[in-house]
Amino acid sequence: MPEERTVLQVEHVTMQFGGVVAVNDLNLTVPEDKIIALIGPNGAGKTTAFNCITGVYQPTNGIVSFMGKPIVVAHPTGKMKKTYKGTNADLYRHRRVIDPTPDEVTALGIARTFQNIRLWKSMTVFENVLIAKHMRAKQNVFSATFRGNAKEERRMRDETMALLKEQQLDKFADELATSLPYGLQRRLEIARALATDPKLLLLDEPAAGMNPQETQELAEFIHEIRERHKLTVFLIEHHMDLVMRISDYIHVIDFGSEIAQGVPKEIQTNQHVIDAYLGVAEDE
Amino acid sequence: MGKKLNNALNASMRNPLNADRRTDRFVGIVLLAVLYIVLFLLDNFLPQTSFTLMMIPVLKKGAIYSLLCVSMNLLNGFTGLFSLGQAGFMLLGAYTYAIFSIPESQHEAVYQYFGGGAVRFSFSEAIGSVLGANAGSWLGAIIAIIIAGLVAAGFAALIGIPVLRLKSDYLAIATLGFAEIIRAVFQWEGLGVITNGSNLLRKYTSFSNMKIGSLSFATLFPFLIVTVCIALIVLLINSSYGRAFKAIRDDEVAAEAMGINLFRHKMLSFVISSFFAGVGGALLAMYQTTIQAAAFKTAMTYEILLMVVIGGIGSISGSCIAAFLYTACNEWWLRFLDSGHLGSLSVPFFRDGFRKVIFSIIIMVIVLFFSRGIMGDRELSFTGLMKRRKAKKTAQPEERGSENA
Repeated sequence: MPEERTVLQVEHVTMQFGGVVAVNDLNLTVPEDKIIALIGPNGAGKTTAFNCITGVYQPTNGIVSFMGKPIVVAHPTGKMKKTYKGTNADLYRHRRVIDPTPDEVTALGIARTFQNIRLWKSMTVFENVLIAKHMRAKQNVFSATFRGNAKEERRMRDETMALLKEQQLDKFADELATSLPYGLQRRLEIARALATDPKLLLLDEPAAGMNPQETQELAEFIHEIRERHKLTVFLIEHHMDLVMRISDYIHVIDFGSEIAQGVPKEIQTNQHVIDAYLGVAEDE
Repeated sequence: MGKKLNNALNASMRNPLNADRRTDRFVGIVLLAVLYIVLFLLDNFLPQTSFTLMMIPVLKKGAIYSLLCVSMNLLNGFTGLFSLGQAGFMLLGAYTYAIFSIPESQHEAVYQYFGGGAVRFSFSEAIGSVLGANAGSWLGAIIAIIIAGLVAAGFAALIGIPVLRLKSDYLAIATLGFAEIIRAVFQWEGLGVITNGSNLLRKYTSFSNMKIGSLSFATLFPFLIVTVCIALIVLLINSSYGRAFKAIRDDEVAAEAMGINLFRHKMLSFVISSFFAGVGGALLAMYQTTIQAAAFKTAMTYEILLMVVIGGIGSISGSCIAAFLYTACNEWWLRFLDSGHLGSLSVPFFRDGFRKVIFSIIIMVIVLFFSRGIMGDRELSFTGLMKRRKAKKTAQPEERGSENA
């Protein structure tokens, strides 16, 4: 059996806002070519964890590594030294802080989608994907203005069209992104993320607001793009069917802390998870 | 064969407006050429009447304000950064231009309180001494205008570092403050040897110096510069970078997540917009023939902002139309409201300032009922107009029902 490579590793990540610990000591590993899910009830800190990985937030403590290299390193500083409630406060004290901006993280090869769809509203389906190609284009503002980048521009447009065709969105290419039905907007958002040539795709509740049939299609769609683009997928999800069907491994968090992890079968029967989702009867 | 068809389809999908765009470009170039010829004739051969005497200044000023509006639109309309520093960058441009265009012999007269000033170099004169006076005026003015833009852009890059980290209203306040500080600094006696303190700068190369032989280009010159600048801005907006700017305007968080470096792109937009504001300021200095820092008040920024809003935030053609309309109303068509009489009738309340009252009412009506401005975020195009006419024609017999008309 070939050795599994780790794409994303999250170690002891804690995110504290003021006095509230939103994510506490989160550890997880995302191996290559796998689909890993992070689940948990509302407000458990799933999206916060995503934001810590993608550079939207600077975590209070912890390390995030991508392809073996640390991309986020943080430890409590300043006032947080005194008010820090999490664990392992001293673990990374001597490491240099790395606080990337989201575009730097994307440039490394981590693309994401959003829980509430964030397409560029005034732009067409085609432009939405085309703009995501901007980051990797070899050009500068002068060559772009004076059309010295014609070849590059053509390549970007061709690739965009190919991507749209692959996602069966090509017939909507010239329509406003917001005029698409909800399910297709989700798909477009994923297509846009793919346009940045990621190695790791982070999906934030991709099935939110979808009906069972759309969810079913989404599951197939995720498998398909993973095969085709050789992606590793890390997703947050609420829909249990979807998670159980497509994930290779699941992490469950509640109130910021991990309460369980395992393959779907184990999670389905885990008492902690059932309690977290259904609530514990306090008295009979 | 199938592949060929597929390729053709692909091409049309990639750029569906290609044919239309080519027609538009052709029509645009023809119209521009006609405009240039008319302006050239106006400058040289057509008789001066009271009508042209009113119209020519309006045309010049309208052209300059078009550029200023478009440069502001690049920032406010296309990148979504609400900046109010326009007057400051115009001032930088205007002063840079003037300082480097006052001929040696005029220094004693202009800088009479500051011993003739410190910068005793005029591009027009330096080049003029080699290539002749006319060529000197042209090249000197163009070089000074470019330097004016670069100085404005340089300042923008400097203040952009702290200021562009701010969002919406805070950015507006910070840039407004910058413009006011610049104005105060330029009026300071301590810098008098360069800026002439609060006194006028004058005697520099102006539009009337723009000649070839005995032919005047006084009106054509600003139009030429402005067209080149606006064409550059349009090229930028339609490029990959322009699309990135629009992405930032639509959704910053998504733009950043898709790998667009917010700070770098905002800075680019800010610097480029300021460059053209500086160029516009230099042209304004040429138009006015004298400049004074005190004139570059916040009101000037608001005036430009107003034109941008009237024209439509995010529309280049809207900005140009609004700039000409506004200038014409302000300086020409509504003048009679201040004159005290309507035709031969004496109207008592038509006196100084009444124009401003009417003007304010018009603006209020526009903002209340046409809040998206004349053009919204669309662009004026020949093919667009034609399609609209066609749609109207076909829509009429079968009652109404074409919504894109």
